[in-house]
Amino acid sequence: MRVLGIETSCDETGIAIYDGERGLLADAVYSQTAIHAQYGGVVPELASRDHIRKTLPLIRQVLDHAELTATQIDGVAFTAGPGLIGALLVGAALGRSLAWSWNVPAIGVHHMEGHLLAPLLETPAPNFPFVALLVSGGHTQLIDVQAIGRYRLLGESVDDAAGEAFDKTAKILGLPYPGGPELAKLAERGDATRFRFPRPMTDRPGLNFSFSGLKTFALNTLQQELPSAIDAEQTRADIARAFEDAVVDTLVIKCRRALRETGHRRLILAGGVSANQRLRERMNAAISAERGEVFYPRPLFCTDNGAMIAFAGWHRLTAGQYESLQFTPRARWQLMDLPPV
Amino acid sequence: MKLLAIDTSGDACSAALIFDNSIEQRLEIAPRRHGERILMLMQALLDEAELQVIDLDALAFGCGPGSFTGVRMATAVIQGAAFAANLPVVAISTLAALAQGQFRRGGQRHVLTALDARMGEVYWGCFTIDNNDLAVSCAAERVCAPSQVALPKRADWFGVGSGFNAYAPELSSVIGHSLHGIDPFAHCEAQDVAVLAAAAFDAGQYVSAEGAMPVYLRDQVTRCQ
Repeated sequence: MRVLGIETSCDETGIAIYDGERGLLADAVYSQTAIHAQYGGVVPELASRDHIRKTLPLIRQVLDHAELTATQIDGVAFTAGPGLIGALLVGAALGRSLAWSWNVPAIGVHHMEGHLLAPLLETPAPNFPFVALLVSGGHTQLIDVQAIGRYRLLGESVDDAAGEAFDKTAKILGLPYPGGPELAKLAERGDATRFRFPRPMTDRPGLNFSFSGLKTFALNTLQQELPSAIDAEQTRADIARAFEDAVVDTLVIKCRRALRETGHRRLILAGGVSANQRLRERMNAAISAERGEVFYPRPLFCTDNGAMIAFAGWHRLTAGQYESLQFTPRARWQLMDLPPV
Repeated sequence: MKLLAIDTSGDACSAALIFDNSIEQRLEIAPRRHGERILMLMQALLDEAELQVIDLDALAFGCGPGSFTGVRMATAVIQGAAFAANLPVVAISTLAALAQGQFRRGGQRHVLTALDARMGEVYWGCFTIDNNDLAVSCAAERVCAPSQVALPKRADWFGVGSGFNAYAPELSSVIGHSLHGIDPFAHCEAQDVAVLAAAAFDAGQYVSAEGAMPVYLRDQVTRCQ
């Protein structure tokens, strides 16, 4: 079965084709970052307006690239939530209508299930069961994954998502939007020994996270240090480093704890923050010290993309799941509410 | 001529099929439930006529103005269907369709259309029904305050659309002397989109699936642009 995947949940238009026998045949992502940069965040109406311009041309591009004609597509998968409702609606309406007109089945995919399954597109792919850390601008969740659709929430952020904390702290440090990757770049020049930030909620049992305090800690440190700083740029870099170290350490501690609690040996990381290099290094070291294994998507598939939607959709469509003749995207949707395959 | 048209620009959700000089329509008042209904309505019309999408000559949609989300939904549905079946697309103004609908119901040949655009504004259009009984725009469609609307001089206009409800006093004080009646509760309907689209298609006014785009009229959607 060959599935066309459509992702439009936020500020990236992603289209891909996944073939059950041949794997990923084509993949393209168009990012709207430049449109939203001047506003310091995603403007939902502008995101929707751009998706309606870009989605269909990108579908044609991907079909051409895969040298496929429309009749060679056996199913359509579109992101049905969670995300910006207006943005989701573009991909959902277009995808469902395409499938209707092609007379093939369609499936609405959970965006986070897409992220969660993205490491399975790599070689070697992890076997079930595993623990998944979904870590992005919108989510920080630890999930016990028994199989596709059999998810148990182990812990999540009680306030800011890790990526959100990255972006907000980057703003405090005066970095351009989207700040997360910029902050990581700045942190490379930082002195890890100058400041030490707390590792929130690691001093007590449990697998929940809290990251909003770290940005306040960064702000206070900056206000305290900047007036007397000889090298303001170095101070910023040192704060960036201390912040990044605190987030990374916290994530590592909780992942290790989740593996011990579940008894699983495999950990997968997915979502935008899982592209962070320091996180990958520390996580690999910590988990391999416990004789566990860590799996990641390729950096391109850490952020939003159509490949993960095509792949997740393929799993559900081949299991016989599909949508009726409608599209009802949801801004909010719990991963745990998904049916098993 | 076999043409399927849809409109999801407001609270009503409708689809209409022109087939062998007859027209069939399905319309539902389904606020915020267009995604559940629109493809079903389209399928029902095709089933009844024993047609498939690929049998059609063209697809059409109400391209706006109206609810941003609504006109984008119609656009996306038509883009998808047209791309998959390789069909041409005709985009029809929802204001023109509203005027066409008023002619169909009441026979008025000079129609002012005003949709509530919120934020103290209306989507505004002026239409004349021509010798072929088709609504033709006689002034550029615009979004503006009710006090700013302009209309070609004549005394027998008929006003239609939610704007005449939301801004009744404002509109009445500006153009009341030129109005001989209003219907503030009429919806844009796919059957009127279809009638205008069939004529436009015959005149070669169609685009490819990718060329199907919404018309918002309101392009200022952020504060600091």
